[in-house]
Amino acid sequence: MSRSGSHSHRVRWWCLIVAVVAVWVQQVEGVWPLPQQLHQSADRDCLSPQRFSFTYGRDSAAQTGCSVLDAAFKRYFSIIFPDFTTLSENVLQYMWSEPQPFVVSVSVKTRGCDGYPDEDSDESYTLSVSEGQAVLRSVSVWGALRGLESLSQLVYQDDYGTYFINKTEIVDFPRFAFRGLLLDTSRHYLPLYAILKTLDAMAYSKLNVFHWHIVDDPSFPYQSRTFPDLSNKGAFHPFTHIYTQSDVIRVIEHARMRGIRVVPEFDSPGHTQSWGKGQPGLLTPCYKGSVPSGSFGPVDPTVDTTYKFMASLLKEVKFVFPDSYVHLGGDEVSFACWQSNPNVRKFMEKMGFGKDFTKLESFYMESIMNMTAALNKTSIVWQDVFDYHERIPQDTVLEIWKGAKYQTELSRMTQAGHRVLLSAPWYINHISYGQDWRNSYAVQPQNFSGTDEQKKLVIGGEVAMWGEYVDATNLSPRLWPRACAAAERLWSNEEKTLNADLAFPRLKEFRCELLRRGIQAEPLFVGHCRHEYDGLHMLLHAVKVSRTL
Amino acid sequence: MAHTGTHSQPVRSCLLLVVVSVCVQQVHGVWPLPQQLHQSADRGCLSPQRFSFTYGRDSAAQTGCSVLDAAFKRYFSIIFPDFTKGSGLLQYVWSEPQPFVVSVSVKTGGCDGYPDEDSDESYNLSVSEGQAVLRSVTVWGALRGLESFSQLVYQDDYGSYFINKTEIVDFPRFAFRGLLLDTSRHYLPLHAILKTLDAMAYSKFNVFHWHIVDDPSFPYQSRTFPDLSNKGAFHPFTHIYTQSDVMRVIEHARMRGIRVVPEFDSPGHTQSWGKGQPGLLTPCYKGGVPSGSFGPVDPTIDTTYKFMESLLKEVKFVFPDSYVHLGGDEVSFACWQSNPNVRKFMEKMGFGKDFTKLESFYMESIMNMTAALNRTSIVWQDVFDYHERPRSKYVVEVWKQGCYLCEMRRVTKAGLKVILAAPFYLDLPIPTHSWARYYIVRHLAFRVQRTEEQKKLVIGGEVAMWGEYVDATNLTPRLWPRACAAAERLWSNEEKTLNADLAFPRLEEFRCELLRRGIQAEPLFVGHCKHEYDGL
Repeated sequence: MSRSGSHSHRVRWWCLIVAVVAVWVQQVEGVWPLPQQLHQSADRDCLSPQRFSFTYGRDSAAQTGCSVLDAAFKRYFSIIFPDFTTLSENVLQYMWSEPQPFVVSVSVKTRGCDGYPDEDSDESYTLSVSEGQAVLRSVSVWGALRGLESLSQLVYQDDYGTYFINKTEIVDFPRFAFRGLLLDTSRHYLPLYAILKTLDAMAYSKLNVFHWHIVDDPSFPYQSRTFPDLSNKGAFHPFTHIYTQSDVIRVIEHARMRGIRVVPEFDSPGHTQSWGKGQPGLLTPCYKGSVPSGSFGPVDPTVDTTYKFMASLLKEVKFVFPDSYVHLGGDEVSFACWQSNPNVRKFMEKMGFGKDFTKLESFYMESIMNMTAALNKTSIVWQDVFDYHERIPQDTVLEIWKGAKYQTELSRMTQAGHRVLLSAPWYINHISYGQDWRNSYAVQPQNFSGTDEQKKLVIGGEVAMWGEYVDATNLSPRLWPRACAAAERLWSNEEKTLNADLAFPRLKEFRCELLRRGIQAEPLFVGHCRHEYDGLHMLLHAVKVSRTL
Repeated sequence: MAHTGTHSQPVRSCLLLVVVSVCVQQVHGVWPLPQQLHQSADRGCLSPQRFSFTYGRDSAAQTGCSVLDAAFKRYFSIIFPDFTKGSGLLQYVWSEPQPFVVSVSVKTGGCDGYPDEDSDESYNLSVSEGQAVLRSVTVWGALRGLESFSQLVYQDDYGSYFINKTEIVDFPRFAFRGLLLDTSRHYLPLHAILKTLDAMAYSKFNVFHWHIVDDPSFPYQSRTFPDLSNKGAFHPFTHIYTQSDVMRVIEHARMRGIRVVPEFDSPGHTQSWGKGQPGLLTPCYKGGVPSGSFGPVDPTIDTTYKFMESLLKEVKFVFPDSYVHLGGDEVSFACWQSNPNVRKFMEKMGFGKDFTKLESFYMESIMNMTAALNRTSIVWQDVFDYHERPRSKYVVEVWKQGCYLCEMRRVTKAGLKVILAAPFYLDLPIPTHSWARYYIVRHLAFRVQRTEEQKKLVIGGEVAMWGEYVDATNLTPRLWPRACAAAERLWSNEEKTLNADLAFPRLEEFRCELLRRGIQAEPLFVGHCKHEYDGL
């Protein structure tokens, strides 16, 4: 910028005036989700993109060259100054103000810039914004990402386009370590950009786990190295409706850069119709009378080849997905087909299961949970597995999805010593008229009868966006800002965030901020945003994505 | 194209394809279903290089007809999206393109006019080897025929274009097939409106009901009263429709055979009007003093009527359609009741305590203004309900849930035309799979005392997308493809289209076609389209 040097005298007087005005304007921007401790003053500083910079603190373990933070600095600069990056320098501003430098100094205690976030990652941070500077301190780079997000939400513009930030002190950390969002790419294929865009918006809401329900009955879009026929024959289309290995790597890296874990789900033994197309012999042949009917049921748990196949597949999954968790599904297994099959019945008899097919399902699930354990991975399974057979490996994480009486389920599971994820009240693929975010907001994940020890076993929750009626055309407006309600419940102090009416203006403002960042977030109620969704962001974003990767 | 000249042995591949097609039998549907449609398994292949639209010799419209010239260009791109994007070289290796000519003949000119309530939208389309003949009375009918034609063309897995031999005789069941957008509760950027008009044309909707102002904001920039949007819009520069925006909407609609009917809803739903027009709204009282808040338009003073007259004069000038929607719904009487001047006026007029008489008095006055301007008024059913013996002719729009057929019966019995919107409130975000609830609506199912005359008074229906929870972020997926269900109900023969299960595969295919045309239409159920929405 050739201009930066030419103004040297008219120091600060304009900014001072602004500070005086600010006393009665008192525009203070919220942060969503609400930080654990937040103190804001009416004193504000003006920021100029030309004199704004991120830097690593001297005592920081991470320094220039830290992939995660270097990229985050660039990203957040564009997010904080969208006008600057799109239109470049604002000439008018120069007539009035002498830009003052503003430096954001970031210090992390431990490095780990090239690692992946995991269940033990420390996401806490402190942020102190004062005149001309902000100091952000965290233990890990993931905490620094959360702090940068908060910082970006503190900056605002007045009607003349000038940027401001108020003096602020934040001490912040998540209430729950697992704050997930599920996308279903089997019922409808979601193009890569829709997934990447969702990861962006997740980071804005401090959600930190992408639960990738990647395959299911309708289609198998995951292109396996070991079993290419699974997608060749099981995807909606073998070339256009698949996730290649490089697609998956891109998703994982995009997520990593935002401090988001990617937990894949390979749901079995039910929900596997599409697997059968590329892996003959895997599914149970259903019988009508004494002959095969030609249709197939769940995975056949009675034959060795099934377990060999699952062992190979899970080995690949371990290799491809770095996260220490893997979701094994185990929900909604229909027993009718197993029951019809004479081999299965024979096996039941041999195993002494009697007529209890839940024992057969448990037998199968236990086998693959053991495989997973042998691969040093933690299994997540849907609640059905626990409901069928309460004694399952202790370190298995259980996910509650059934709507009714989830509090009772929380009690039972934690009493049995299991870690639990709550998803039941956050099935936001269900829609209704009006402000249904308030229902998500009212959820109290630890409000069940149990000891303090039990409550600690609730490791978090998950927003689920099942795909029966959702694809790239309506994903974003259905997710956002509705998912933000759960995001705040999972991050913030419940005591301070139980009143939805108080949250409403902050959420409204956050939704406008999402729009400005190009997220197609639907409105909460009548009104407007200064920067409405113009439908062009997506294009710009796509260009940016292709540039950065 | 360097390739075009190099192949000279004709026809080979096309013949091969015809043979194959006998066993493939891929026949493409048209949405909404034409009145008569006969398709054969014989198909011809189309090549963008040898495809053209032309005016028939006997056509009253010829080159230079603005509406059809533009439609030819538009539909060429719609039919051959690949060609306009990247062309298709592979195709040349296999086939010698055959010419295909679509000849369009209209009986009457009128290329520079606007569609109106009497426009004849019927057309005949005959597709045979190497040609299609499209005949209609008006250019608007020709537009409907071109739309049907575009839906008949399909591509195989190798990208070749085909069309089956087809005969269509088609006309709409109802003349008024509307779609309401609400640009007051949320501002809709111009592009969102234009895109909606595009999709409306694909479904053969023909009326854009522009609920342009309401309580929350007044985005219409009036020539006569610029303060209405200066002070009543969400933002006086960024959240308004300028005169040129409005003209652009009207022209975009005209090119697609769509009428634009504006609604200036009063006396209720006018909070935003008050900001730029002091003295217009009724001051509410608390105890014996004004409370500082305002109610509906004040119907007791002359200045109100002078203002409304000027505004309606402007509306007539700006919006060419012969209809104007005057609203008249959901007037709360509490504020009127609190105001001593209004009470005095009620007494003077002998209305007693019946505020519905006051509302009727007001509505009658502005309907008379509209009539004097040679415009037909549409009003919401409330106006009729308050005063069932109408003194003038107006069109009633039925919006209240409950027994809407009872209301239709009453209105038609009183000799008034009626539009049905009640079962088509699409802003209620039900899952897409319940699209069928819009499909099974039966407008004419009110049986008691129904006469042929009464049936004719049912001029159509309207899909309503109210804006409480809808803006440009979610408008399109909430509208499409659910609105298509209503579109078929309003266009097609009811007898042939009552079974939603039979309609489903056609609607699924049409939804994929909408995606391909860039309309962000949400999915009906699990599955995929060959061309998914790519967001670009």
